[in-house]
This record gives sequence, structure tokens and C-alpha cells, in this order.
Amino acid sequence: MLLIRCPYCEEERPELEFRNAGEAHIARSANIAAESDDDFEKFFFIRANPKGVIYERWRHIHGCARFFNAVRDTVTDKFVMTYKAGEPKPEKLPGASK
Amino acid sequence: MNAAFRIPGAGRLSQAKTASFSFDDKSYTGIEGDTLASALLANGVHLVGRSFKYHRPRGFLSAGAEEPNALVQIVRDDARKTPNVRATVQELYDGLTANSQNRWPSLAFDVGAVNDIASPLFSAGFYYKTFMWPKSAWKNLYEPKIRAAAGLGVSPDKPDPDHYAARYAHCEVLVLGGGAAGIAAALAAAETGARVILADEQAEFGGSLRFESGAKIDGENGYSWAQAAVAKLKAMDNVRVLSRTTAFGYYAQNFVGLVERVSDHLKSPGRELARERLWQVRARRVVIATGAIERHMVFANNDRPGVMLASAARTYLNHFGVAVGRNVGVYTANDSAYAAAIDLKKAGVNVAAIVDLRDNPSGPVIDEARALGIEINFGRAVVSAGGKLRVSSMTVQPKNGGGERTIPVDAILMSAGWTPSVHLFSQSRGKVAFNDETKRFVPGTYAQDCVSVGACNGTDGLSATVDEAYAAGAKAAKDAGAKTGKGIKPKVDASESWSRGMLGAAPGAGPGTTVKAFVDFQNDVTAKDIRQAVHEGMRSIEHVKRFTTNGMATDQGKTSNMHGLAIAAEELGKPIPQVGLTTFRAPYTPVTFGSIVGHARGALFDPTRRTATHGWAASHGAVFEDVGQWKRAWYFPKAGEDMHAAVDRECVTVRKTAGLFDASTLGKIEVVGPDAAKFMELLYTNPWEKLEPGRCRYGIMLREDGFIYDDGVVGRLAPDRFHVTTTTGGAPRVMHHMEDYLQTEFPHLNVWLTSITEQWAVIAVQGPKSRDIIAPLVEGIDMSDEALPHMSVREGRICGVPTRLFRMSFTGERGFEVNVPADYGEAVWEALWAEGQKHGAAAYGTETMHVLRAEKGYIIVGQDTDGTVTPNDAGLDWAVGKKKTDFVGIRGLARPDLVAKGRKQLVGLKTKDPKVVLEEGAQIVADPKQAIPMKMIGHVTSSYWSENCGRSIALALVAGGRDRMGETLYVPMPNGTIEVEVTGMVFVDEKGERLNG
Repeated sequence: MLLIRCPYCEEERPELEFRNAGEAHIARSANIAAESDDDFEKFFFIRANPKGVIYERWRHIHGCARFFNAVRDTVTDKFVMTYKAGEPKPEKLPGASK
Repeated sequence: MNAAFRIPGAGRLSQAKTASFSFDDKSYTGIEGDTLASALLANGVHLVGRSFKYHRPRGFLSAGAEEPNALVQIVRDDARKTPNVRATVQELYDGLTANSQNRWPSLAFDVGAVNDIASPLFSAGFYYKTFMWPKSAWKNLYEPKIRAAAGLGVSPDKPDPDHYAARYAHCEVLVLGGGAAGIAAALAAAETGARVILADEQAEFGGSLRFESGAKIDGENGYSWAQAAVAKLKAMDNVRVLSRTTAFGYYAQNFVGLVERVSDHLKSPGRELARERLWQVRARRVVIATGAIERHMVFANNDRPGVMLASAARTYLNHFGVAVGRNVGVYTANDSAYAAAIDLKKAGVNVAAIVDLRDNPSGPVIDEARALGIEINFGRAVVSAGGKLRVSSMTVQPKNGGGERTIPVDAILMSAGWTPSVHLFSQSRGKVAFNDETKRFVPGTYAQDCVSVGACNGTDGLSATVDEAYAAGAKAAKDAGAKTGKGIKPKVDASESWSRGMLGAAPGAGPGTTVKAFVDFQNDVTAKDIRQAVHEGMRSIEHVKRFTTNGMATDQGKTSNMHGLAIAAEELGKPIPQVGLTTFRAPYTPVTFGSIVGHARGALFDPTRRTATHGWAASHGAVFEDVGQWKRAWYFPKAGEDMHAAVDRECVTVRKTAGLFDASTLGKIEVVGPDAAKFMELLYTNPWEKLEPGRCRYGIMLREDGFIYDDGVVGRLAPDRFHVTTTTGGAPRVMHHMEDYLQTEFPHLNVWLTSITEQWAVIAVQGPKSRDIIAPLVEGIDMSDEALPHMSVREGRICGVPTRLFRMSFTGERGFEVNVPADYGEAVWEALWAEGQKHGAAAYGTETMHVLRAEKGYIIVGQDTDGTVTPNDAGLDWAVGKKKTDFVGIRGLARPDLVAKGRKQLVGLKTKDPKVVLEEGAQIVADPKQAIPMKMIGHVTSSYWSENCGRSIALALVAGGRDRMGETLYVPMPNGTIEVEVTGMVFVDEKGERLNG
């Protein structure tokens, strides 16, 4: 069972307390009604499926209940880092394999 | 009575404490502290099982967890019949009953042994090749026969009555293995004050010190030192010592699974004792001290009962005081078997000869054996074992060929060398490295915060092991944040040391031979089978493994993997590391389902949620149904009523007078804050800004793709406060969905969300008399139609307790939903019930609720919708705010497919024969005469008998449904085609007048 650091609780807690919530950094358009079919398709249906570093949303559902972002390596299954929702994609990753 | 092979003065068990037991219905006597294996051996019993495939007679190979042969069934009672128990680890208790497996009619005469004679038919890959044709025979003949023949042992006849405990634990240093290395590491770590857990699979600590008679530490015999050291550890507050505890799995971030066998060794475990306890340990540092496992020699008939590992024979002698024979032979490729020969000789057992594959070895153990007068043969091989149910001789030949000599023996002790137990290291995702000099895989690159010490690290000799382990224990504690300890390192005064040995087939079983020289005993894999796999094209060891099943039995190849690999490498002409080692996977030894499941079974499998009126409903005869985790009253049959009669009566009573229904399970979320209305505008399709406080609205929630996600009535209690209801099953995901948008997409909105499902009990009172029932109990709320119209909400008191009183209806009748704090739910229900009785009201359950809402065409999300239904499809376009510029799903609704013609739309169906009730899920076609497969144009989503309508009614999703009003469609069923007419969705009171009736 993985340990995941909740950036709000500032603690490593067991995976059981968390729920994955899909890919991170996919912003909903402020004017979504006016989006083209192609843009909406990209926003809603298309997801990255990388081998290696992935940016995900997680929720500390059985803890503080906050959503946050996490960087995970899909090869090693290791969490590289976590950060709060709304913060930008980190430019540098600590000790990332790639 | 002393058993024949118990040696007086040998071993550590107290001869005074006897325990009687039975094996295959024959009674024997053992002594306390025995394993089933040592107790049987003390009585001269070697034959204990039949092999899986060839049904060959088998005895004990080992004295530990690596045992592939001696699998027995332990029977306590009908519910406790544990198959495949290794007799070498099962501790003896008085009254133990064990049976052999895989034999019929008896162990000594087994009809299945015909497989052994026919073995050329059953060589590697036999199943893959033989059962190919004819195709139909697989299903009808081969599979049932193979399944009947497969498997070992017998399942219990009753559910497992034992209970299984589980614990989480945290520590700085977890030490896996309680031999000399593990104990030394634990001592060093414990002295720093760090929290230490030391676990060992055996009943007693000491590991190989159990048999190493030559070990001396701190001036004491090695085994005694181990007991004293463990006693010292047990007395320390910061140390937890777990015996009979196997580390079976090493997972991410130093998360290790241990299973503790709590009561399998007890005669009559009390019910208060768990059978096993699962420990889930998170450790800052792990010290792996799992030792090494001796390998057997691969030669013809090396599986005969009486042929066993040299270290096993030594354990039986030095720990249990049992001689495995009276005239033993030894076959070895390294020094360790000499120690066994010496110990047995000194105990009075005749050692017929030592056969050593090496040409001219020298060393103290060889000198000692020679001095004891034991015959030693260098450069020779045992090419075959004689005997069938028990070994009777060994045939010796110079290793490069030549004259044979047969030596009578009643046991053969063998050692091909020692394999470091890298299982847990490998499970931790560490990479093993091959040491070409010592021909063994040892820990190479680490993936986690752990360290291997002692024999499992390829460290030879007790002195070097203790030094390494003690230093590693201290370092692990320090790395985990502990201070430096002040202990004194144990001093090794005398030790035994050996290394090297050989891998693969021994002479006489090499290339070109077809003898039965077993590599994997449990799966009956011979050296020939491995070579055959290579000849048939297997190149990767993973393929060889699967083709031959080498290493795939429950012992997971603890003794066989390295031999198998070496034979494959030789045949491929490649060095061993290039052929590679198969992956080690959890569990290290078999783990019961019980220990993994723990308490989570039966009533504790999943939480059961009961509403405040559950007790009342139960005492009034309610039949309950499971809705998610909830128990909901389904219907309330009166004496003599079946379900249909009860539901018909309940349905009629509600429309005629009134009914009471517990609606507490509906999800409830309070949306509060200055931006609450803005938030509601974004999450629901409807407009909310202009909804006046005190009024309600039916809301629809979509996903971003435009499909219906949930629905429910929402009351606005104040400008900044909404009381939102959701479907029963949807409550958690709707909350999750709302939180997601609030936290991540609309964080600028000043809103709080609170789940209030459990806080409010909800009593629906529906029917023409509903107001008359409620009104006398209500204070502070004007109940007139003018003051409290349909779809409104007021706060006040009922029966003296606070209420949120909703005027709303899921039946189409005048109706109310009385929300009261859950603690008062039953009392208020009782009061309302008493009032209702005056008017002839009925209590009704979920089935009647379903029928009544279907009569009105009210949908249930998840039943009439399936995640591909838009508001328009469901006929709910009116609930989508046309002037709104944003809400979740607004863009999805405009997708080309969602606005295309011909979408499936929700309609009503009436069967031409009013008595026929359609099946929910039944498919609908336009032309019943078309060829199969027919074009299906929709399906029935809801279908009931409506007593109020005097006929059946149904809702269905039908392509272009609203353009088909009055059309006849067909529902083909196995017993004939049913004609239906497409209608509107409302079957009762189309104008909605009864809402104020």
C-alpha cells in the first residue's frame, strides 16, 4: 500500500484514505458553451496515458476531503510529489526518473 | 512409550510430555514440541503422501517451510479440514488428526500410480498437446475429467467457524527472520531505543542454530544463546517479538505483510483466540535475515521416501531427537552434509557411506568424518535410489562412468549446496545479481529502505553473519532516527561454515538420460522435462517455467528454481544470468483467505445502514430490501398477504386515503453561503437565482457530457441556504461531484457543502388525507394551500421537535415530507402513524413507492436512465434553464449526437393484454417477423402491475419514442411476442389535479 502525502494535511497517509480523480491540469473553459466540438472533445474525452510521469488529481476523501495534484511515475508506481489544487505544474521534479 | 526412532539424550524436547495423534486412522505417540513430521519420523513413518501428477510415494524432503512433498490434511471437525498443510511446519498437539492426500484407496496402494508407469504420456506440455482435439471434447470430456483429477486434499464441508484478527503496526526497524542474523540485528536496533519488530516463521527462534551443533556464541551453545537473546528482546518495551509469524509479502514503501499462526498448534483453541492474525507493518527500515535453503541432488528416484536434505536430518536429530534411519547414506557436493553424517554417527546411527561429487575436497569436517570411521567416496555420484515406498539402497558410480556398486541404506541425506532466500528482497523490487564464483543469486540493487544480512545476503559463516547483522541493525535504527546504542556485539566463539556446491542435474541424470530425477517434487518436474522444454523451443526461463510448471506449485520452487535454471542454461548453452531468474511473488508461503479477509465477512463484510424507523417497520412485519448499504422496508404484508396483495393494497390506500413512507435514505446535502445560488446555477440545469426562499424545485444534475447524473427536489430555506436531496444510491458521488467543482473549478465561490443525510429522518405522508394527518401535530406552520402550496418548504415544529416540512410529492397525490432530527425519527413516525390510523392510512414500502411514481411517469435515475440519457430524452427539457449561459453539461448537451434525431426517448407502454406485465430490461422491436438478429429499438426500464389502473403499466426507452404515440411495438420473449402500445408516461391523473386533492 502506497503512502501519499496530502499537501493540506502535510502528512503521509496510506493510500486507503485517498481516491484518484483523473488527470490534472485540464481546465474547464470559462466560456464552455461557446467551445468548438474539437475543443470540447479535447477537454472532456482525451486523456494522456504516458509511460512515466503523469499529473493526476487525488482527493484525501477519508481525511481532509481536499482535492490536490500529484505527480506519479506510472513505471515505478511511485509518487514523485504532491501539491495543492490550483498551483501550477511544477517546473522541476525532485528525483524524477525522466 | 518411546517411539522407535527417538534417540535418548538427543534433541531438546522433554520426553515426559507425550501427545498422541493419528495419521491415516493409525494412532501414534509423539512429544510436545514435535512437528507432525518429527513425530511421524520418530515412529519410523516416512511415506506420507502421493505426488500430484505421477502419484509417486513421497516422504519428507525438509524440516521447514520449503517442504514440497509432505502435504497432509489436518482435520479438527467437519468445518476445519485444512488441506495441503506441510507436515514439517504443523506443530503436534494431543489428539491431532492428519490424513494423507492424493491417493486411493490407500497411501501404500494407490490406483493413480498407474500415471507413473504411463509417465511417457504425461511429459512436459502434455496438457497443451493432448487435449487439442476434437474441439468439442474439451468442454464435455477433458475439462471435467482434468478438474476432477486436479487439486490436492478435500475441502471442508461447512463454513469456516474460526475468526481471524488483523493489526496494523509501525516500527523503526522490522527484522524478518529470527536466526542468528535476525537476532543480532534486532539486538543492535533494540539497544538504540527504536521500536523493533522481530518476526520468525518457526515456533522457536534460532533458525539454523536449531541444527548447527557446532555453533557457539558468547560462550554458549548457539541455540541457547538465541533463546536467551530473544528473552532479553521480549523483555524490552520497544520490541515486539512475533514467533510463528511468516513475512509473506513485501510491498511498496516498506509495507510488509506478516501472518501469525495464533492457535493452529493448540489442542483446543478457545473461541476467544483467533486462528491467525494478519499484521500489516509499516517500517522505516527493514532488515531481511531470511537465511538460505538447502538444495537437493538431482538424480534418479531422488524422491523416494527416506531421501531428504542433510540439514533436515540434522534438525530432526539435534532439535527433535529423532533419527531418520538406522543406516543412512550421504550424497553431497559440499561440506554441510558431512556435519549431518558426523552428528548421526555420534548419535549411534550407522553411516553407510558418504558419496561426494567433488574430487579432492579437504577440511575439518571431512577429517572428522574420516576419524569417526565413516567411509568417504570422492569423485563419485549416487546415480539411483532403490526401493519404492521407502528408499532401500543407493547405487554409486564414479562420476565419469564406470562400475556400479549398490549400498543398502534406509535413508539418503543429500546436499547440493545452499540457495540464499532472496524472495522478500526480490518482492521489494530489488534486483538480484549472480555471483559467478559461488554460483548463486544474491541481493544486488536495492529498491527500498531495506538491507539483507547473513545467509540470504550470501554471507558465509556465523562470525561474519553476526558482525554484518549487528552492524546493519544498528545502522537501520540510526537511519530511522534513533540514537546510538550502547550494547555489546555478540561474540561468535565457534561456527560452522560452508559454501559452494552444484547446480543442475547430477551425473546419471544429465543430457540424453530419461530417468526420473526430480527437480520440482511437488509438480513432478524432472531434469528431462526441463531439457525437453528447451528442445521444444522455450528460450526464456519464464517460458520453461510455464511449460514444465517447474516452481509453480505451492512451495513456489524454493528447492527447485536454481536447479531448473541451471539445467535450462546448460541446454541452451548460455550462462545462468543470461537465462535469468523467474520473478518472486507474494506470498512466500501459502496464506489462508481467512487471514486476508479477517473480520470482513458475514455481517461485517459491509456496513449495514438502518433508518430511524427500522425497528418500527420490523415489528410491523416489514419485508426489507437492500438498497446499497441501506436496509429499506420493501412492503408491509398483513396476515395472509403475499407481496402482490400487500403492494396492491398499499397502492390503493395511498391514493384513497394516505400512506406513510420512510424516505430517510435519500441523500441530503446542505448548500450554504453567499454564493450558494450561483453554485446551484452551475451544478444543476435549472435556474435557481429567482427561486424564492420557502419554495422548492425539481433539479437535474448532469455530467459535463450532458447526460443525467442525478436528480432530486431542492428546497430554498433562505437566500443563502439550499436543502438538496439526491437519489439514495447517488448521495456520495453527488457530494464528491459537487466538492470537485467547488474546490477545483469554482473555488472563487463562497459556499460550504455539508452531507446531512444521516442528520434528518424523512417521513413521507402522501395521499388525500395527508394534511389531516400532519396538521394536528405541527406548530408554527400555516398548512393551508395558500400558505404552503405544492413545492414549498417551511421550518417549524412537529410533535415539539424542529422540522423542515416539505410539501412535495413522489406519488402525484397531495403530499408532504416531514424532516425531523434523526434521533426523533421513530417518535415522530409513531405519532404520525397514530394520526394516520384515524384516517385508515397504510405504511408503505419501496415497492409501492416505485409503482406510484411510475403511475405518474416520475423517473428514477439509474433505472429509467442509464448514463446515456439527456433531459430531453427523458422528457424533462422544461427543467433545463434556456437562458442560462453556463452549467455543468451545457456544452455536452449541444454535441451533435445529443441533438440528433432518432434518439431513444422515454415513453409509456401499455400491453395489449392488460394482464401481462412486461419484464424490465426486455427488448423492443418494430417488426416481430424480421430475421434474427432483430433490430432492437429500445428496452423496458420500469414495469409494474398497477392496481389503481387495473392493468399493467411500463416505461421504456424507445428510439424516436415521442413520435410513435399510439404505434404498436413488439416485445419478443421466450414464450412468445407481446404486443404493446406506445403511450404518454402519465397513467394516473394526467392533469395533476390530485396534487391539491
